[in-house]
Amino acid sequence: MTTPTLPPPAMAGAPRVDPPEAAHTGRLGARAAAGGDRAYRLAIALCAATVPALLGIVAVALVRGAWPALADGGAATLLTSGWDPVRERFALGPALAGTLLTAALALLVATPLALAAALWTAELAPARLRTPVAALVDLLAAVPGVVYGLWGVQVLVPWLLADVAPALRALPVVGGWAWLAGPSYGPSLLAASVVLAIMVLPFIAAVSREVLLAVPGAQREAALALGATRWETATRIVLPYAGRGVVGAVMLGLGRALGETIAVAMVVGGAHAWPTSLLGPGYTLGALVANEFGEASGDRHLAALMLAGLALFGVTLVVNALARWLVARVADAEADA
Amino acid sequence: MPAVVRRPVGRTPGRPLAGDPASRIGVRATVGARARRLASLALLAGGAASGAAGCARAGDAGAGLPHRELTGAGATLPFPVYARWIAEYRARTGVRINYQAIGSGGGIRQLAEGTVDFGATDVPMSPDEATGARAGDVLHVPMLVAAIAITYHLPGLDAPLRLSPELLADLFLGRVNAWDDPRVAALNPGVRLPPLDVRVVHRAEGSGTTYVLTDYLARVSPAWAAGPGRGKDVRWPVGIGGRGTEGVAGLVQRTPGAIGYVEATAARRSGLPAAAIRNRSGAFVVPTIASAGAAAGAVTAAAPAGTDFRLSLVDADGAASYPIASLTWLLVDDVPRDTAMARAVVAFARWALRDGSASARAVGYAPLPPPVAARVVARLDAIPWLADGPSATPAGAAASFSRAATPASGEAR
Repeated sequence: MTTPTLPPPAMAGAPRVDPPEAAHTGRLGARAAAGGDRAYRLAIALCAATVPALLGIVAVALVRGAWPALADGGAATLLTSGWDPVRERFALGPALAGTLLTAALALLVATPLALAAALWTAELAPARLRTPVAALVDLLAAVPGVVYGLWGVQVLVPWLLADVAPALRALPVVGGWAWLAGPSYGPSLLAASVVLAIMVLPFIAAVSREVLLAVPGAQREAALALGATRWETATRIVLPYAGRGVVGAVMLGLGRALGETIAVAMVVGGAHAWPTSLLGPGYTLGALVANEFGEASGDRHLAALMLAGLALFGVTLVVNALARWLVARVADAEADA
Repeated sequence: MPAVVRRPVGRTPGRPLAGDPASRIGVRATVGARARRLASLALLAGGAASGAAGCARAGDAGAGLPHRELTGAGATLPFPVYARWIAEYRARTGVRINYQAIGSGGGIRQLAEGTVDFGATDVPMSPDEATGARAGDVLHVPMLVAAIAITYHLPGLDAPLRLSPELLADLFLGRVNAWDDPRVAALNPGVRLPPLDVRVVHRAEGSGTTYVLTDYLARVSPAWAAGPGRGKDVRWPVGIGGRGTEGVAGLVQRTPGAIGYVEATAARRSGLPAAAIRNRSGAFVVPTIASAGAAAGAVTAAAPAGTDFRLSLVDADGAASYPIASLTWLLVDDVPRDTAMARAVVAFARWALRDGSASARAVGYAPLPPPVAARVVARLDAIPWLADGPSATPAGAAASFSRAATPASGEAR
């Protein structure tokens, strides 16, 4: 067996150089090795191509299914209200608004808590508590959505109806706010937002924790050496350094908040009307499809539900693209500075 | 040149040369592989034998029925009864039936696509559903009578709340907002009605239960017919949606002042009260097995001779009839792909109609009254492709029903 000739070690920053094929020889000889490499590359490329292919297949199926609804009403279906299966008039405006509203509210509630949890676990926790707390947070992420829905129906909704709604309305400044007015039944957009926040929190916390732990120790040591307090180190040095990763974690959470169906379907209250009050019932795109697809009969009804799926797909893509662009812009600004 | 470590060449008998890969796959390994092959063959043989024995067993008891396994899908409402019937029928004849409670719409779709042998629905198929995919119509075989209870959460009431049809419609339309409204008090004299808001709870998703209630409301209230109309899912003017029967029942249980609608057995199971609705004859009736059966009997008696049983039972005549009742049907293709399979399904339906009423009552559902069941079986007997089959019943179907009904007539009617 001949010893293989290794290429010279790459200089830092030099472009990657592929070693010549003949340098790699196995037991079967040089030609077979080159063919094997090609086959290997092809196989890996095919596997990698399945992901965008699946995305394309889903998108095509959704567009085909939703085409009757798009041809009928077009953009108006997504921007108006009125869901009447008997007369076959379907409009997704309230569901779209509910989706965006509940996701935004869930993130608003969950992100500070999750970041605080991640910061504490990564920076400030005693070493022996780090692993148990991290494990508990990961456990929270593993609980299925339907369990949260059941808990929401049995525990959260009665509590909101009995205690939280009157307490919120009794607050000095915020209490008279229009978004807290109106009759309160229990199942509401607020209930859905709280459930989503609880589901999203462990995702953001877990990923942010990993990102924060990946910040090089040298940065922390340098900051501490310069006289920064632990709090200043954590918030002024570590968190900005890990900024892109944290934004990625938040986007992950947003993706889950936009797409969650069963838990939201159980607590949101199923009302096809523009959301006017957080304490009133509403709808989201995912909950709409989950509730109605089983019994939907009639082509227009099915097409409207496919359009809801397509709208959700589109919203997720747009939000993700926006987030990536935002992160890239911040990174460019940092690089320039 | 790296040095190769060599082991001593002398062999102990029975032990392979250490360091030589080929010799490690020695006698022991070969024996192990052979034993594994033998074991898997034995398992396969055992499985095949028991399978064959099972088939043989079922074949002996099945009285020549060619189909051992049937699949069906559809309504969730009658599922508890169907499950019992399926178990009893299997014990009796060995025919295995697999029923998936995916909802009426799902059952209709699966039957149209030919992926199941029979469907089940609480809502009769609409014309475009029926003639959609296949040639011919779809047989609707009624199996049970379901009653929709109007449940409510009003603390302090001893007797069931009394409601009239118009008041019920106005409650669901949102025209009556408080329980101490004079219209409610007028129907319930002497009852202390709490000053709570009326909170309507409806089904968030489409369901046959919603269809039955909206069918009734559309009949008794012009405002409802012009507004939401009848359908498995309608545009509810007010209220919140609960997910599934349990969702509605749970919301009503937890919300003071709530009014909702669930299947009568579900209300009983959840410990929820059922309102007494005024029927056409002026009597206030609560949903029971007897009142549901009375509605079925009254409507069927008035139906023409060649009826296909796609009857609506709401707002039925008769002093004992509950006004919000419905038949639930088994669906079989009238021009089936596989006649023997369709005969097997109809044999099951016949058995259930004749011998299954006790099981239905035990679970709290109302079986078809004997005269109605007899009419259904007589109609099945008249179908040409069912006539000459091993499971055709003799012409005395009506006589056999009256014989079977005698022991049951002493029970609660």
